Amino acid sequence: MLTLTHFLILSCILFSIGVAGVMIRRNIIIVLMSLELIFNAANISLAAFAYYLESITGTVFVVFNITVAAAEVAVGLAILVAVYRRRKTVLVDQLDEMRY
Amino acid sequence: MEGFPILSVIIGLPLVAVLFLLFVKEESIYLIRCVSAVTTFICLLLSLILMFKYDTEAAGFQFIEKIEWVKSMGISYHLGVDGISVLMIVLTSFVIFTGVFVSWVGIKTRIKEHYILMLLLVAGVFGVFAALDMLLFYFFYELAVIPMYPLIGIWGSANREYATMKLTLYLSFGAVFALLGILAIYFTAGAQTGTYTFDMLEMSAVVFDRSFQIKAFIPLIFGFGVLVPLAPFHSWSPIGHAAAPSAVSMLHAGVLMKLGAYGIIRLAMGLLPEGAVYWMPYVAGLCLINIFYGGMVALSRKDLKFMVGYSSSSHMGYVLLGLATLGTVGVNGAVMLMFAHGIMTALAFSLIGFIYDQTHTRMIYDLSGLAKKVPFLAVSFAMMAFASSGLPGFANFVAELMVFIGAFKVYPIHTIIAVFGIIVTATYMLRAVRTVFFCEPLEKWDGLRDAKTFVERMPYVVLVAVLLIVGFYPAIVLDLIDSGVVPLINKINGVPLG
Amino acid sequence: MDVWALLIIPIVTSVVIVFITRKWKNLSSYLSIAAVIACFFIVLPYLIEALGNPHMHGHEQAFTWLKVSGLHIKMGTFIDSLTVVMLCIVTFVGSLIHIYARGYMEGEEGYSRFFACLSFFIFAMLGIVLANNLIMIFIFWELVGLASYLLIGYYYQKPSAADAAKKAFLVNRIGDFGLILGIFVIYYATGSFNFGEIEHQVMAGHVEPWTMGLAALLLFCGAVGKSAQFPLHVWLPDAMEGPTPVSALIHAATMVAAGVYLLARISFLFYMAPPEAGIVVAYVGGLTALMAALMALAQSDIKKIIAYSTLSSLGYMVMSVGLGGTGPGMFYLMTHAFFKALLFLGAGSVIHACHTNSIWEMGKLYPKMKATGVTFILGSLAMMGVFPFAGFWSKDEILSTAFDSGHWLLYGAGTLTAFITGIFITKIVLLAFFGKKRYHGNPHESPPSMTIPLVVLSVFAVFAGLAGFPGLEPNFGSFIPSHGHHGPHHFNFLVAGISTLVVFAGILIGWKLYTGEAEPAHRLKAQYPCLYKVLENKFYFDHFYDGVLVAVIYNGIGKILNFIEVNIFINFLINGFAYNVRVVGRALRGTITGQLQHYALFMVSGVVVLVLIFLQYFV
Repeated sequence: MLTLTHFLILSCILFSIGVAGVMIRRNIIIVLMSLELIFNAANISLAAFAYYLESITGTVFVVFNITVAAAEVAVGLAILVAVYRRRKTVLVDQLDEMRY
Repeated sequence: MEGFPILSVIIGLPLVAVLFLLFVKEESIYLIRCVSAVTTFICLLLSLILMFKYDTEAAGFQFIEKIEWVKSMGISYHLGVDGISVLMIVLTSFVIFTGVFVSWVGIKTRIKEHYILMLLLVAGVFGVFAALDMLLFYFFYELAVIPMYPLIGIWGSANREYATMKLTLYLSFGAVFALLGILAIYFTAGAQTGTYTFDMLEMSAVVFDRSFQIKAFIPLIFGFGVLVPLAPFHSWSPIGHAAAPSAVSMLHAGVLMKLGAYGIIRLAMGLLPEGAVYWMPYVAGLCLINIFYGGMVALSRKDLKFMVGYSSSSHMGYVLLGLATLGTVGVNGAVMLMFAHGIMTALAFSLIGFIYDQTHTRMIYDLSGLAKKVPFLAVSFAMMAFASSGLPGFANFVAELMVFIGAFKVYPIHTIIAVFGIIVTATYMLRAVRTVFFCEPLEKWDGLRDAKTFVERMPYVVLVAVLLIVGFYPAIVLDLIDSGVVPLINKINGVPLG
Repeated sequence: MDVWALLIIPIVTSVVIVFITRKWKNLSSYLSIAAVIACFFIVLPYLIEALGNPHMHGHEQAFTWLKVSGLHIKMGTFIDSLTVVMLCIVTFVGSLIHIYARGYMEGEEGYSRFFACLSFFIFAMLGIVLANNLIMIFIFWELVGLASYLLIGYYYQKPSAADAAKKAFLVNRIGDFGLILGIFVIYYATGSFNFGEIEHQVMAGHVEPWTMGLAALLLFCGAVGKSAQFPLHVWLPDAMEGPTPVSALIHAATMVAAGVYLLARISFLFYMAPPEAGIVVAYVGGLTALMAALMALAQSDIKKIIAYSTLSSLGYMVMSVGLGGTGPGMFYLMTHAFFKALLFLGAGSVIHACHTNSIWEMGKLYPKMKATGVTFILGSLAMMGVFPFAGFWSKDEILSTAFDSGHWLLYGAGTLTAFITGIFITKIVLLAFFGKKRYHGNPHESPPSMTIPLVVLSVFAVFAGLAGFPGLEPNFGSFIPSHGHHGPHHFNFLVAGISTLVVFAGILIGWKLYTGEAEPAHRLKAQYPCLYKVLENKFYFDHFYDGVLVAVIYNGIGKILNFIEVNIFINFLINGFAYNVRVVGRALRGTITGQLQHYALFMVSGVVVLVLIFLQYFV
C-alpha cells in the first residue's frame, strides 16, 4: 500500500539529488537538469497531496509547473547555447563575470 | 469648459508629448524642440485659463476629477485645485515653458532624451500640485524626482555624478520620511473612522487627537523639509543647482524646492493643525539658520551658481518663516514668495547658464566688465539681483514684505534677523553684479555674444515681465492665494468653516 | 487725477526712452526735460493754493493696492503745504538740472540711459513726496536708492564708480533696515500705515510713549541712511563718482533731503514721544554737521568738498528737526536745494572746462568763465550764510532754534560749523577762480544750456531766503505744519550777529590761508600734520568700515560659516557618512563571488536555517 509518506520520501530524495546536483556539478547542463529534478520533486509532492486531499488545486499547479518548466528550459538552453558560443565553456565556475 | 478635465489635460499633455517624442527620430531636432515648446505653451495657456477661471469667491477645491483606482485601499485618482495649487501650477508652466527655450540654446547632445525627461518631470510636478489623494501625491512626486537623476547625471557640468547621487538620495530620503507620515495618518484615520482612504478631502474632515498630531507632524515636516530645503538638510540643493544644466536648475530651484513647501502646507499644516501649532515655533528657529547661514555662505561663495544656490536656500527660509507664522498675512506672503522666488531663481539660473555656456567659467572673479559686451544679459541679471534683494516693483518685495509683517507680530526677534538677511542678500547680489558686469572689460571675453534672437531672449523677457507685473499689481495673485490660505488658517485657529 | 500724472509722466517717459527712443539721443533728452517741466506745471496750482492758504486742507486720494485677510494696504497721495514745498523743489530744481545735463552730458556714451535714469529718479522722488503712507514711502525710498545706484554707477566701467554705487545702495539698505522695522512697530501700535490715521492715533494718546520713541528712532535710521548722517555718512562723498548733474540733483538738492522730509512728516511722533528721541536725532545731526565740515577742510576734490558741505548742511537740518524745529529744517532744505544745486552745477561747469576735479589744477578761471564765476560766488555766499543771501536766513533760524532749546553744545557745534564752512568755501572760490593759473589746456565758458540754469538758480540762491523774512506773511515757518510751541520764527539779533561774525572770521582765515605766493596746500599740512592726516582720511571711518567691519567681521563670519559648511557639514558629516557606508559595502562585497554555486549554497543553507527555526519554535 502506497501512502502519502512514500510519495513524500520520493519527492524528498529527488529534491536532495537535485540540490546536490545544482551545488556540486560544474557542467551547466547538468545543473539545469538538476534544476528539473527539483521541479519534478515539487510536482510529485503536489500531485500526491492533490490525490490524498482530494483537491484539484494541486493537480492544476502541477500542469502549470510543467508548462513553466518547459518554457524555462527553452530559455535556459538558449542562453546556454549563446554563452557557449561566446565563451567556449559550459563550466559554471568559469562563468564568474558577475562578481564584484 | 464645463466638464472639461483641465487638470488631467495639463498633467497628460506632457506625457502624450513624451510618447510622441519616443517615436521621433533623434536627428529631427527642430521637430523635437517645437513639440516640447508647443506642449508647454499649451500647458501655460491652460494653467492661465485655470487661474482666471478659478472662482476666488467660492474658494475651496475646484475642477475636481475623481476616479476610483484601488478601491480596497481607498486610493483614487483624485484631482482638484485651490488658490495655492493654481498658482503653483502657473509657476510650473512658466518655468517649464521658458526652460524649454533655455534648453533650446543650451543643450547640444542627446536632445531627444533631454526633452523627454524634462516633460516627464514636469508632468510629475503638475500632478503633485493637482493631486488630492495622498498616494497619488506621492506617486507624482516620485515621477518628478526620478528624471532629475539622469538629467543632472548626463547633461550636468563639473562634479555631476556626485551631485546627482546626493540629490536623488536626499530627495528619496525626504520622500520616504514623508511617506511614513502619510501612512501614519492613513492608518490612524482609518482606525478612527472605519474607512481607510488616502483622500485628502475626506481626511481633512477627520479630527486627530493632539498627541498623534504632534507625533505625525515630525516625519512630515522633516520629509518635506528636506525638499525645501530646511537647514541642516540643505546641502544637496546648492550642488544640485550647480551641477545641473540651466533648464534643469531652473526647474529644480524654481519648482522642485516648492514641492516641499507645498507639501508642508497641504499635508502637514492642512491635516495636522495642532501639530503645526506645536512645532512651528521650532521651525521658525531653523528658518533663521537657513536665512542667515545660507546668506552668509552665499556671501563667501565665488561660484555664481553656488551663490544663487545658497541664496535659494536662504530665501526658502523666508517662505518657511511665513508659514511658521500660521497667520493669514504671513502664509499669504510665503505662498507668494514661493511663486516670486520660483520665477526669480529660474531667471538667475538661465542667465548664469547662458554666460557659462560661452565662458565655461562661473567664478565671479574670472568675469569682469561683461555689461559692455552683453548689455541685455547685464540688465536682466541686474533685474534678477534687485528682485532677489527685495527691491520694490518686483514680486519678491511684496511677498517678503507680507512675510515680515506677518512674522513681526509672532516672532519679532526672528523678523529682525530675517530683515537683516535682506541686507546680506543685497550684498552678495550687488557684489556679483559689480564684479561680473561692471568694471573694466577683460580682453578674453571679447568674443562673448549677447542674447539676440527671439528664442534666446524670450525666457528672460517673460520671467522679468512676470516678476514686474506681479510686483506692481500683486492683487492678480493675492486674491487667489488668499482664497486658499483663509480656510487653512481658519482650520488652524479652530474657527469653523463657512 | 492730476496728482497721479505726477508719477505717471516721469515713469512713462523713462520706459519710453529705454524701449523706444534709446537710439535718438536728442529726442530722449527732450522727452525727459519735457516730462519734468510738465510735472512742474502740474505742481504750480497747488503752490498757488498753498500760498493763498498756508494751512490748506490736505488733498488725499488712495486706491487699494494689496488686500488679503488681515492686511490691507492702500497706495495714495497726500498733498499739504509740506508736500507742496518738496514738490516745487524737486520739479523746479529738477527741471533746471535736466536742462543743464543736456549740455553737460553732451557726447557721453549712454546719453539716453542717463536721461531715462533721471526721469526714473524724478518718478521715485515724487513718489516719496506724495506718499500718504509709510509702505509707499518705503517703496519709493528704495526706488530712489535704485535710481541713485544706477546714476552713481553711470560710468560703470570705472571700478571706483561701480564700488561707489554698490556702497551707496548697501549703506542705504542698512538704514532701511531700521526704517522697515520702524514701520512694523508703528503698524502694530496703531494698526495703520496711513499718516493721517497714525497721527490721529498718536495724538489721541493711544500709543505708549516708549513705543513711539522706538518707532521714531527706527524711522530715523532710514533718514540716517538716506540723508547720510553719522555713522552712515560714508556713502555720500563716494557718490560723487556719478556725473555732476546727478550729484546736484540727487546727492545735494533732493534725494538726500528725503530723510529730513520723512522726519518732518513724522514730526508728530517726536512731539509725542519721550524727548530723548528728539535729542538723539538732534545730536546725530549736530555731530554730522561739525564732523563733515572738518572733513571738508582737507579735501582737494572740488565735488567732494561740496559733498562734505552737503553732509554738514544735512546735519543742520536733522539737528533742527530733532529739536522740534520742523519749519526751520524745511526752510533750510529749500534754500539749500537752490544754493547747493548751484554750487554743484558751477563745479560741474568748471570740471567741464578743466577736465579735472582737483582744485589744485584750476586757479584764475574767473577771467575765462565769468558767468560760472559770478554765479558760483553768489552760491558760495548763500552757502556760507552771509547777509542777506538765502543761507543766512535759513541757517539763522536753525541756529536760533538750537539757541532757544538750551542745548549749548548743539548751538556751539552749529556755530563752529558755520565758521569752518566759511573757511573751506572761501578756499574753493579762491583756488578755483583766483590766484595763480594752474590749469592745463584752454578752458572756456560752458554753453548756454549750462549757464542759464546757473543764472536762474543763483537768483533763487540770493532771494529765496526772503521767504522766511521776519514779519513776512505768509512766512515760510507758518507753511510747515508743526507741533508744540515752535510757531512763527522770532528773529534773534544776538544769534544772527554771532553767526555773521563767525562766518566773516572764517572767510578771513580762508583768505589768509589760500592767497599769497607760498604754495598754500602745504601750509595747513605743515602746521598740523597729525590733524591734517586725520581729516584727510575722513576720521578713518572708511578704513574702519572697510577694513574692520566689512573685511573682518562681515566677510569673516561668511568665511567661517562657509568653512563650517564645506568642511564640517559636507566633507565631514555628509561625505563622511557616505564614506562609511562605502566601507561597509566594500567589506560585504567579498560575498559576491560570481560563483553560481556559492549563491546556491547560501540559498539552501538559508532554507535549512529557516526550516530548523520553524521546527524548533512552531511545531
